[in-house]
Amino acid sequence: MSMLKNIIRSFTLSELLKGMRLTGRRLVSKKTTIRYPEEKTPQSPRFRGLHALRRYPNGEERCIGCKLCEAVCPALAITIDSEEREDGSRRTTRFDIDLFKCVFCGFCEEACPVDAVVETRIFEYSFFERGTHIMTKDMLLEVGRKNEDQIAADRQADVAYR
Amino acid sequence: MFDWLTNFYTSIPPVVLMTAYMFAFILVLFVCVAYVTLAERKVIGFMQVRMGPNRVGPWGFGQPIADALKLMFKEMILPTDADRFLFRLAPLLTMIPALAAWAVIPFAEGWNFADINAGLLYILAMTSLGVYGVIVAGWASNSKYALLGALRAAAQIVAYEIAMGFALVGVLMASGSLNLSDIVMAQQGKFFWNWYWVPLLPLFLTFFIAGVAETNRAPFDVVEGESEIVAGFHVEYSGMGFALFFLAEYANIILISALTVLLFLGGWLSPFEGLPLFPAYLLHLPYIGAALSSGPHWFIAKTCFFIFCFLWFRATFPRFRYDQIMRLGWKALLPVTLIWIFVEGILLYIHFPPWFD
Repeated sequence: MSMLKNIIRSFTLSELLKGMRLTGRRLVSKKTTIRYPEEKTPQSPRFRGLHALRRYPNGEERCIGCKLCEAVCPALAITIDSEEREDGSRRTTRFDIDLFKCVFCGFCEEACPVDAVVETRIFEYSFFERGTHIMTKDMLLEVGRKNEDQIAADRQADVAYR
Repeated sequence: MFDWLTNFYTSIPPVVLMTAYMFAFILVLFVCVAYVTLAERKVIGFMQVRMGPNRVGPWGFGQPIADALKLMFKEMILPTDADRFLFRLAPLLTMIPALAAWAVIPFAEGWNFADINAGLLYILAMTSLGVYGVIVAGWASNSKYALLGALRAAAQIVAYEIAMGFALVGVLMASGSLNLSDIVMAQQGKFFWNWYWVPLLPLFLTFFIAGVAETNRAPFDVVEGESEIVAGFHVEYSGMGFALFFLAEYANIILISALTVLLFLGGWLSPFEGLPLFPAYLLHLPYIGAALSSGPHWFIAKTCFFIFCFLWFRATFPRFRYDQIMRLGWKALLPVTLIWIFVEGILLYIHFPPWFD
């Protein structure tokens, strides 16, 4: 009896037709492809991309050279030197992030007591020369200056969970 | 006004005219092949819920041209230990029969290059010749994978040739002719119910399945077996040599689809011809009437459907194991054709209406 059933099933090609019905349905269904340069996937406000150093609205840089980020960095990507400024406050003279070492874990951002070092939504960047993968303090501050609005908005969006 | 044109046309020797027609046809066929490759990537992409090629031109329409240009400019590498003469000959041996078979395909009544009596026999001969190219390519490459692929191909093509041949015997019995135009005309009558796919349904399915196997397409593509033997018999080929194998494969797909249409689905006949309750005045309308009545456009439309089926199969079915292919060919398809030829003989003997009266 099961043999008869088997014969009927194979000679009516029912299993093949079932498979073709499935792929036929997929043929007309909406495609999931995102055409990358024209379309982009949505990003979270917590996105961890390129680093930036922030300033206060009055122009004073936030970083106080506490070196908590340097200490917490699991990849040892951050190097900080600091000294006393004329007004007696401690500021960094060197703040380097080696992007080849960085694993984009976001610990530096979490460790920072003054929200100075942050990770932005920027992820489309590249280096064309040897050595340019080390982000210096000036470069980081420049990234922060350019994207301050977005950075501030993202911190604000996350404020309830911190 | 066009007198000089008609005079010029009639003054051309028939040989020159025929050659020009052939070149034009081969050019059109190549363009079709190029766009079947695009259609394949698009259809399979869509079935896998992706887009397929869409970068070169709108909807990727420039993709086949970009591919062809790339292949043309690539070096054709000759392996050190390969047989130099046979290695170069093999792509031609697969390409030429694939093109030559088109000589007898009628697109509409009288629309073929050679209206020979034994057209079907000629087609069978030409499609069988293709296997030589495959074997020669596998042998001349002097590579294990190529040889294994060629052996698999040879065994598979020979096995399915028999089932295919028997399916054709059924058509011959029903139509009483080997001429493709006569076979189509024998199917004329009451709309699509009169075509041979109804009384010869098992043979129709067998023929198409065997056709898929003949062209070494998925799910019968152990010959190429990307995950097993790289690319089978044409691993060692690059550049234009590879392109010729590719062209031949797709030309064969179109050919098998066209043959299926001619033999079982009434070729250029319109499905509306003689349909009961079909408003006849529609046929006398301009344009619509021409579109609904028989003509080459029906042949092309039906062929496109079968080409689509080839792509559909590839997107749907996993590859057969080698012994499964052999079992299907010898122990399933062959008995089915034999039994149905017997049944058909009885139907013919009792003049079973409406097909055999």
